[in-house]
Amino acid sequence: MPNSPEISISRRGVLAGSAASAVIAATTAGAAQRAAPATLAPLPAPAPQPMPVSLTVNGKVQRLSLDPRTTLLDALREHLHLTGTKKGCDHGQCGACTVMVEGVRINSCLSLAVMHEGDTITTIEGLGTPDKLHPMQAAFVKHDGYQCGYCTPGQICSAVAVLDEIKRGVPSHVSVSLTDHPQATNIEMRERMSGNICRCGAYSNIAEAMAEIAGENA
Amino acid sequence: MKAFTYERAGSAADAAAKVASTPNAKFIAGGTNLLDLMKIEVETPQHLVEVNGLGFDKIEATPEGGLRIGALVRNTNLASDARVRRDYGVLSRAIVAGASGQLRNKATTAGNLLQRTRCPYFYDTNQPCNKRQAGSGCAAIGGYSRQLAIIGTSDACIATYPGDMAVAMRVLDAQVETIDARGQARVIPIADFHRLPGTTPRIETALAPGELITAVTLPKPIGGQHFYEKVRDRASYAFALVSVAAVIQKDGSGRVALGGVAHKPWRVEAAEAQMPAGSRAVAAQLLAGARPTRDNAFKVPLAERTLAAVMNEARAA
Repeated sequence: MPNSPEISISRRGVLAGSAASAVIAATTAGAAQRAAPATLAPLPAPAPQPMPVSLTVNGKVQRLSLDPRTTLLDALREHLHLTGTKKGCDHGQCGACTVMVEGVRINSCLSLAVMHEGDTITTIEGLGTPDKLHPMQAAFVKHDGYQCGYCTPGQICSAVAVLDEIKRGVPSHVSVSLTDHPQATNIEMRERMSGNICRCGAYSNIAEAMAEIAGENA
Repeated sequence: MKAFTYERAGSAADAAAKVASTPNAKFIAGGTNLLDLMKIEVETPQHLVEVNGLGFDKIEATPEGGLRIGALVRNTNLASDARVRRDYGVLSRAIVAGASGQLRNKATTAGNLLQRTRCPYFYDTNQPCNKRQAGSGCAAIGGYSRQLAIIGTSDACIATYPGDMAVAMRVLDAQVETIDARGQARVIPIADFHRLPGTTPRIETALAPGELITAVTLPKPIGGQHFYEKVRDRASYAFALVSVAAVIQKDGSGRVALGGVAHKPWRVEAAEAQMPAGSRAVAAQLLAGARPTRDNAFKVPLAERTLAAVMNEARAA
């Protein structure tokens, strides 16, 4: 697809067309008249200079040369071919892109790779392998914590990190006391997992998988 | 995303000077809001100056008995700090009421203060928006405005400030420390930090071009019971329709600020004198002059009732 200008142009045309009809539907006539007049097209921006970036991903040092626009997610998927981490919304709303940076979960779609020079990153591929599953991966299988599986790598990375956050005493919106150590209750886990959306609705089974691991670690 | 050049700043003064002297340059730290907006080309910086390496990532006691929060302290780390949880509970509560765990791990204290409105017309580049493009008009006025502001609005803009953290900082009388392109430091009271839209909704804060936030300081603890009550369309991970940050003392006196109702955290100190008289009297003064739209008129009684719930809880404790 990236090598096929015809396809990409026609696809863009379709998108532009649908955006335009959405505007007609949503805009009042008055608002449309108030819109700013069209200006001359700006000069094309100079081609971005690639920047060197060094990351330690799943224990392996990776040296890359990247357009500064490259998100951490795209660096992992498109440049390192670690496609376990998924692109869902690409706007930090769905959590499918969740990875751990220096042991802390973040949305890799809302971070530039160049912001992670020297950082240690763990993706789903670094948590376990098909032959040696991480305990959370095994618990997701046992408790049927997914259907289509698209959100699952993000869910599992988040689940592992959530139990660590509870262990470190990070409070949540549902913590009754701010000064007592939080417990890995169902309501705590559900609140802390709210940044990971599952379109198949496997939430209750995900919470059960987490409860099993939380119990083992208690 | 539009192409940009990128560099890492060596010092705060260096960062401020670079952003001030480079056309269309911006600071980047957590990036969770800026990159979101760059992807849809609401933000189109040509140069980014990364400030993550500047070391403003500590929370330190001040000689006055308060706390100095480095601009780069991540939201999770601020909400989890034992001193904040003990002495400034409203701040911990406000932070964990916002965003998701992943975002709070990345977002910074300064970036949270500077987050942009979630007005849907600001996000839609096919729509007029005076905040995005000066003079283009406001599609929100007469448009879909359920989430938008009810007070302090103007004929140019009815957007809300979307954050939770700053609402708590407003009741705590926090101060924002900055450094400018000449290396000059200054302190901005949080009350003066965010602006009302007026005729220039593009200008959202008191910061000058290139001025960099270095820290937020909290005065010494004021005691009392701390509350952050947020009402939203989902139980988690949603912006406030209305939120109430409050610190209430045993004698019924206290401080109150509202989120989700205005272009800035909304506090009217004079209204707090009404606290012994009850939530209705406080809300009447706090929201005097409100100009809600048909879509968001519900926010006026909702704010009063949320405040009533908080004050009842304080009395019951």
